This record gives sequence, C-alpha cells and structure tokens, in this order.
Amino acid sequence: MGKRKLTDYLQQLQAKDKNLFVPYIMAGDGGLDKLKERILFLQDCGVAAIEVGIPFSDPVADGSTIQNAGKRSLKRNTTLAAVLDTLASFKDKRQVPIIVMTYLNPVYAYGMEKFARTCSQAGVDGVIVPDLPLEEEDLLTNMLTKYDIACIRLVALTSPKERVDALIRRSEGFLYAVTVKGTTGSRISYENEVNTYLQKLKEQSDVPVLAGFGVSTSEQAQALASCCDGVVVGSKIVELFNEHQTDEIKKLIGESL
Amino acid sequence: MTTYTGPDHNGKFGNFGGRFVPETLMPALLELETAYEQAVKDPEFITNITSYLHHYVGRETPLYFAKNLTQAFGGPKIYLKREDLNHTGAHKINNTIGQAFLALRMGKRKIVAETGAGQHGVATATVCALLGLKCVVFMGAEDIRRQKLNVFRMELLGTEVRSVSNGSATLKDAVNEALRYWVTHVEDTHYILGSVVGPHPFPKIVRDFQAVIGNETKQQMLKQYGYLPDAVVACVGGGSNAMGMFYPFIEEAQVKLYGIEAGGAGLNTNQHASVFHQPKPGVLHGTLTNLLQDEHGQIQEAYSISAGLDYPGVGPEHSHLHATKRVNYAAVTDIEAIHAFQQLSLTEGIIPALESAHAIAYVKKLAQEMDKHQSIVVCLSGRGDKDVEQIKQILEEKADGKTKTH
Ligand SMILES: Cc1ncc(COP(=O)(O)O)c(C=O)c1O
Repeated sequence: MGKRKLTDYLQQLQAKDKNLFVPYIMAGDGGLDKLKERILFLQDCGVAAIEVGIPFSDPVADGSTIQNAGKRSLKRNTTLAAVLDTLASFKDKRQVPIIVMTYLNPVYAYGMEKFARTCSQAGVDGVIVPDLPLEEEDLLTNMLTKYDIACIRLVALTSPKERVDALIRRSEGFLYAVTVKGTTGSRISYENEVNTYLQKLKEQSDVPVLAGFGVSTSEQAQALASCCDGVVVGSKIVELFNEHQTDEIKKLIGESL
Repeated sequence: MTTYTGPDHNGKFGNFGGRFVPETLMPALLELETAYEQAVKDPEFITNITSYLHHYVGRETPLYFAKNLTQAFGGPKIYLKREDLNHTGAHKINNTIGQAFLALRMGKRKIVAETGAGQHGVATATVCALLGLKCVVFMGAEDIRRQKLNVFRMELLGTEVRSVSNGSATLKDAVNEALRYWVTHVEDTHYILGSVVGPHPFPKIVRDFQAVIGNETKQQMLKQYGYLPDAVVACVGGGSNAMGMFYPFIEEAQVKLYGIEAGGAGLNTNQHASVFHQPKPGVLHGTLTNLLQDEHGQIQEAYSISAGLDYPGVGPEHSHLHATKRVNYAAVTDIEAIHAFQQLSLTEGIIPALESAHAIAYVKKLAQEMDKHQSIVVCLSGRGDKDVEQIKQILEEKADGKTKTH
C-alpha cells in the first residue's frame, strides 16, 4: 500500500513498454455506489492508477465538465468521509493504485492527520491537492509522509526553472505536468513548447512524468506519451461515464496504451 | 503595543493568509509581489497615483462632523469619513487606480476583475477606460439580474461583462471564474482583485492602496480637532474599506476598532454573511481565513440585503486581528441597516450605501455605551444611489404588507 505500491505498479507497466494512462473520475457522480464498479472497470482496462476526485464547492482549477460533475456529486451529498469509507470497503478487491484528488478545504475541515490516517486505512496510495503549492505544502505533506502516502505535485508550463527543479526534487509517485495554460478540460494546443517542456521534465525526473489537463483523444495521448511517460485524462472520462459510454472509455484507454 | 508588521514573506498574518493556488498561478503571484515591492520604492509611481487620486478621484475626502446624527444618537461626537464622495461613489477606486498603474508597470494592458454588486466592477472599468486598458469583468448571473444599471455602466465604460452561472452564480463564483480566466491569460493580463482577500500579495496590496482612508482620517482628526478618535467603525464585506481605515490606527492602542459584518436576517438564521459569528478557518480563493462553510468544508452562500457584504469569507488580516482581539467584530441585521440608511438620509442629507449603513447602524448601538466627550469615526464607504431602487421596493412592500394585514 501507499507510495511504494504506486511506484512499483507504474514500474511494472513501464517494464512491459506500456504508456501510462491515469483516468480521473468524480466520486459520487451518478451515486457513490457506482464508485466500486467504475474503479474495477478501469482497472480491467489496464490503467496505471485512478484519480478519485472528491467534490468541492469552489473548484478553481477545473473547467466546466468537472465543475458540473462535482455539482452533481454534491447534490447527492457526497462527503470526503463517505468516499474514503467506500474506498475502504473494497480495498482487498483491487490492485490498481488509488490517488485521491481534492481541494484543500474539505481536507482542512476533516483534519490533516485524520485525513492521512483514513486514506491509509482506505488503501489510498497517493494524494493530489491542486491548490497546495510548494510554499504551503508542509501543512499536509508532513502527515502524508507519516502514513507513507505519495504527494503528487503539479508542475506548470509557466513554472520557472527554480520551481521546476524544486518540484522535481520533491516529486513522489509521478510528476503531473500540466500541459495547458488554463483549467482542466481546456483545449490543448499542440505547440512545440509543450513537447520540449515534457521532454525536459522527463530528462530530469526520477519518477514518471504524466501529461494532463485537456487530453481527450487517444491520438493526443499517444503524441504526448512519446515525449513523456503517459497521460492523465479527466474531463473526457467524466463526460463519457456521465453519458454511460463505457465502451468508448475502454476504446480510448486501449488505443492510448 | 509592539510594532505591527505583516504579512510575513509567505503572506501570513499570524496563522492566516498565504497563497493556496494552483502552481499555474504561482509564478504570476511571485511576479506581482516583486513588481509591487519595486513600485512602492519608486517615488514617481507613488507621485503619479497620488496625483490621480487628487485630480481624478477627488481626494482628499472630507472628514465631516455629523452634528445632527450626533444629536440624534445622543452620545459621542460622530465624524464621517466621506469615501462616498470619491469618483464612482465608493472607496473601491482607491484600489483600482493603484492596481491599474501597477499593471502598466508590469507591461500588462489587459485586466480581469470580479464584481458582486458591481461597485468594484465599475471602479475597474473606469480606470481601464481612463488608461486605455482592455477589461473583462466576471459577475454572477444572479447579481447581473439584481444590478442591471451597474452592468450597463461598465458597458458604457467599454468593459466586457461576462455572466457566471456556475456554482451559486454570485460573487464567490465570479472570483472563481476570474481566477480561472487569469490562469488562462496570465502572460498579458493582470487580475485586479477588489478586496483584501485572495492569495498573497493581494490582501497586502489592496490594504496598502486603501490605507489612504485611514492615513487621511488620522491627519484630519489631529489637524481639525486636535485628538484621535476613541473608536473607529467600518463595515466588512471582504474587508477593504475597513482594513484601509484600521491599518494606520492599529498601533494606536487607545483607539478602539470595530468591524461590522452583515447580519442579514439574523445571526440565529442561516441567512447572514458574518464569518466571525462562529469563526471556522478554511481555504477559499487562495487564502486561509474564516469562512462560512458546512462541517464538510463546502463553502456556504452568504446572504445580506447589501450585495457588497454578501461574501462567505473575509480578508485574512481581519481573521488575524480578530484572533489577536485588536479589532472587535459585530454584525447588524438587514432591518437595522435599512433604519440607519433612512436615518442618515433624514438627519444629514447623506444617502449612504447599504454597506456603509451597516456601520452607521452599529454606531447607534455603540453611542449608547459612550459619553459626549468621546468621539467615533465612521467610514462612509460609499453613497447610496445604487441602492435607492432596492430600498424603494422594500419600503413599498413593507407598506403593502401593513395595509394587507391591518
Ligand atoms: C460602498 C461599499 N462599501 C463596502 C463594500 C464592501 O467591501 P469591503 O469590505 O472590501 O470594503 C462594498 C463592496 O462592494 C461597497 O460597494
């Protein structure tokens, strides 16, 4: 469990020469009882890990698709505690690493230490908090380290060299390279800038580099993965689950690996 | 009292503040901080802003002894700091002038801003028209409906107003959307945040630009009357007029400071905007501060009759001043604010903004506990033109209600 499991799992897939594919789903979208089914389905599709989003009322890093999914989930009264409970309930039935993604405030309200402890008990292997930059992260990372959970950091196209270096030095699990100047679901621009940026990160990083925000087709996934180790796909997966198009999800993942 | 400093280099005021934003925005915040630190050391930058505040905004604003109101309340002398007399009708322009010149210094000619009632949006649109900057203002769909005239004002001034229907479609969602827009256009766009909220360095920058209110007040009190006031009162939405007024008084321990939040339908209901009623710290819009939120950390909607006080958070420096007890925070209800609105209009011939009416309403209570030899300064943050229609409607409904029930 934890950081170690995430690292090993990614390494095993890379040893088989696979691109890494990490889908994002919004917990509680369509009801929390769907969570298990969706995670096991994605595991069967061959994904490298699953990002499980916990909804927040003010998701400032997200575009409209994920915002709306969060809103639907909150309407069903999804809470952080309930998501972690659900994850705990079938932790022995899955092998795929789980990464919880949420904003700081629900975690803050729950309690940092309690969050890390409960994540650990629920078989969560990594955590992403997009509104927690380097300057503030000790607040949470101290607790995550204590429970051996990976803190996955985001690096941006706009990050200057010193910040990139610092982020790479601290990265755990994988490095999440944001490929747009914008929110999740923004349209990715195929600038050379993105390719060079990914290649540079890849050269420097000891952990895998995954490109994310705005990836929606297997062509994009393949193109980006040729510059790094794989992709994170959020809005598109959320949209397809909402439309019950699981065949399309399987196809998208299959063609991206 | 020890010297008051703050924020520290991480933007913390005690346990509050900071920069809780996605990495994508961090470089822009760091750039802004550096640009600001350099700008304030440049005498030309300061002189320029001072000159515009004088010739364009109309500063300094009067400090007016409200004799009739003093008599009506029957206690201490009441002085009004007349921010309502600024160009565009409120204190908001003190900040937008400063930030617009800062944007120019950074080579950014595009501006994004959020607005609730439209006051900050109008103040931003105004300086953008003046300086030839391209401006986009985000405003909640619900607020657009409530404040049609301010939308039109902004459009007259050449600003594009974009409707936000995400979330609760009010001010907090407009801030989210402005932040998202800023992430996407960060290279050529500056975000003019309208209050002492948001990630560092905004709470500091906005406070410093608003501190002209308190600095003038202090000098005027000493020059015109020869003493400092015993109490200073200001309304608190995000907290910019209050912070600007309080800041120069923080080290004057004998001056009591009062920040007045919107009590809406009453603090015993969930229809209010008082974060200090049951303070619960959390992170919203990039800062750690007290928030209206449920037990799961979801942000709740604020409510007030006054759109400018209708915000579920408060500036982090206020949370700090609350924790250290340097400032007393209290709330007054919609009804008390309406009474104060009417009373100031009748006694002094000054129609206050509904926001500022909250401060007046509290002064009425405070006056009962003080004596004739003492004095209170109130920050009259804005004028009430924007609220006249709403008050008319409320008073008519009230009159109708009466005739029906009687
Ligand atoms: C006249 C007036 N006063 C006060 C406020 C509240 O803002 P702050 O607390 O930042 O001064 C507003 C906001 O729109 C306003 O228009």
